[in-house]
Amino acid sequence: MIKTISGIAAFAAAAIVSAGVSAGTLDDVKARGELNCIVTTGLTGFAFTDENGRWDGFDASYCRGLAAAVLGSGEKVKFVPTTGKTRFTALNSGEGDALFRNTTITMSRDVDLKLTFLGVNYYDGQGFMVPNSLGVSSAKELDGASVCIQTGTTTELNLADFFRANGISYEPVAIETNEEGQTNYLAGRCDVYTTDASGLAATRATFDDPGAHTVLPEIISKEPLGPAVRQGDDQWADVVRWVLNVVVAAEELGITQANVDKLAKGTDNPSINRVLGTEGNFGELLGLDKDWAVRVIKTMGNYGENFDRNIGPSTAIALQRGLNAQWTDGGLMYSPPVR
Amino acid sequence: MSTATVSSTDQGFSLLRLWRNKESRSVIIQIITVAVLFAFFAFLISNAATNLERIGKNYNFAFLWEASNYDISQTMIAYTSQSSNFQAMIVGILNTLMVAIFGIITATLLGFFMGVVRLSNNFVANRMVYCVIEFIRNVPVLLHIVLIYGIVVNVLPHPKAAMNLADTFFLSNRGLYFPAPEFGDAFIFVTISFVAGIIGAFLFARHAHKVQDDTGKALPVFWASLGFIIGLPVVVYFISGMPLEWIPATQGKFNLKGGMPLKPEFLALWLALSVYTACFIAEIVRAGIVAIDYGQTEAAHALGISSGRSTQLVIIPQALRVIIPPLTSQYLNLTKNSSLAIAVGYMDIMGTIGGVSLNQTGREMECMTIVLVLYLAMSLMISAFMNWYNSRIKLVER
Repeated sequence: MIKTISGIAAFAAAAIVSAGVSAGTLDDVKARGELNCIVTTGLTGFAFTDENGRWDGFDASYCRGLAAAVLGSGEKVKFVPTTGKTRFTALNSGEGDALFRNTTITMSRDVDLKLTFLGVNYYDGQGFMVPNSLGVSSAKELDGASVCIQTGTTTELNLADFFRANGISYEPVAIETNEEGQTNYLAGRCDVYTTDASGLAATRATFDDPGAHTVLPEIISKEPLGPAVRQGDDQWADVVRWVLNVVVAAEELGITQANVDKLAKGTDNPSINRVLGTEGNFGELLGLDKDWAVRVIKTMGNYGENFDRNIGPSTAIALQRGLNAQWTDGGLMYSPPVR
Repeated sequence: MSTATVSSTDQGFSLLRLWRNKESRSVIIQIITVAVLFAFFAFLISNAATNLERIGKNYNFAFLWEASNYDISQTMIAYTSQSSNFQAMIVGILNTLMVAIFGIITATLLGFFMGVVRLSNNFVANRMVYCVIEFIRNVPVLLHIVLIYGIVVNVLPHPKAAMNLADTFFLSNRGLYFPAPEFGDAFIFVTISFVAGIIGAFLFARHAHKVQDDTGKALPVFWASLGFIIGLPVVVYFISGMPLEWIPATQGKFNLKGGMPLKPEFLALWLALSVYTACFIAEIVRAGIVAIDYGQTEAAHALGISSGRSTQLVIIPQALRVIIPPLTSQYLNLTKNSSLAIAVGYMDIMGTIGGVSLNQTGREMECMTIVLVLYLAMSLMISAFMNWYNSRIKLVER
């Protein structure tokens, strides 16, 4: 009995005792002088370490942007790599301050897992990748196939739903990380690899022969990916939410990494002036200073620049903007006004 | 009683005086130790409770009855994504038990074999087994699991080109496929005769024991048991018209269809755990046999007991007394090491209730409590059984 209790207690200690998760994450981060940012263990284009061991990518840039807003420098980030299974525990236990990890917003995660989602930074959907040699042209032809699937993700649930709805069977091959999925898929342990379509494109880009693999046309789910923070700290949630919004607003207003310094000296456009802090005191209201947005844009670029640099058509991953275009171009990226 | 004498001659109550007394001091120290331990655990538990409350979570097992919503590849009971998390847990328990039982049997057989070879006079065999043991047991078992999995997945052919024995057994990087048995209605008679055979063998063994006690004549118990347990069902099987068919797997569009597959994840875990544990068992067996003085063998021979029977009746029973306690801890190690299944995605207890269910429901505390209790229960059951067996074979002092 003592053994049981001590076991539970030891686990409780390990899982829950956190370095004092207090209500004011913003103050904690400022006091620490470093942002702990939860990212994936490695997904090319989104968050990965480059040849110099530096974290880079679409999601990693948001971490740097957030650090720039709060701490003044995009380098003051400690990246916390997590698997699909460990990410929420890492956030809730205080190991990380914010989660930028291709995470799908769902109701149960919002309500039951006690997370606060702050908006969408990438509209995605789940797809399937198969080798051309299988001669498969639709996901409905996959009856009896072995499917590699990352455990602990929404894609795992969508996969079960899709095959059940279509009355076909499959063998799930559970894997932990994208890298493991890639290895098993290429070794032929599974016929199909399924994850978010953006993730498939990113993974395929790293293959020796990307042309030998096809992403099937079916997109079987809605996967709005976005950052999350712990529930119950509205001030910190606001900071992350407005870093997310301000890069979208910047693209809409034509503020870029290149011209932000010039525009920050003041313009005739009050919308730009409010974003860059030359009019109003939105930075102070947020608990930051007035130049916060200038630093964000200088560090990570506006939404479009971040997209193009990391995952856009000119990169190996070659994703089109699609749903992620500005609302003025028929996409869904729409920032509430800074006013 | 010295306490009473001291305190009766005491002028007044004094803590210092109490402390100087050897007996009361030991009581005080024990009380303090228990109190500190209790306070420590109380702090940990209340801390966990406070933190859970702070993020608005409760401690509640209702999620067990909700649909799990995920699929599992190896299931021994009927299971779909609409089954509950509880059923997913049962699947996980059965998968853990399967790999533990397969592993324990294989490790024991292999371990005894290697242990005996280690004692053989054949220099080459002896040294070869020694090298194998030293190599395998000095590498972490996790590496063995990942290595074997890597070999299965990367080296074995694709199912389309599966290695094939008589169109009955198939080996590919999707696993080892045995033919699946299909039982006819009359198979029930074979089952009944098998049970009857076991009972028959048991009764015969008792009878033989009695005959030997009374007359000193040894009856052929081994051959009779074999006849009862194997022979009888085989005869019934042919009489009832062979009501058992073996249906081999066939090529499907992606995978082999039908048959009884042992998946690569299972193969890797099973082989790695078996081989790893077998090396420890081999050394335990060797030590157990060496521990029996050669004089015992000579004494048995002097009494006119044949060589085979002296091994069976004199050496092995004594060696087992040395072997069983460390063997028990090897069985426990193997069972607990099976939780390394997570490295290759084998869906055991840690993979189901402690993995996917935990993650999809976000019930870390509850799931980990369940996992803890399950492993504890399993280990205690193995210990209890082995202790019972140990007490049965231990030296009876007369």
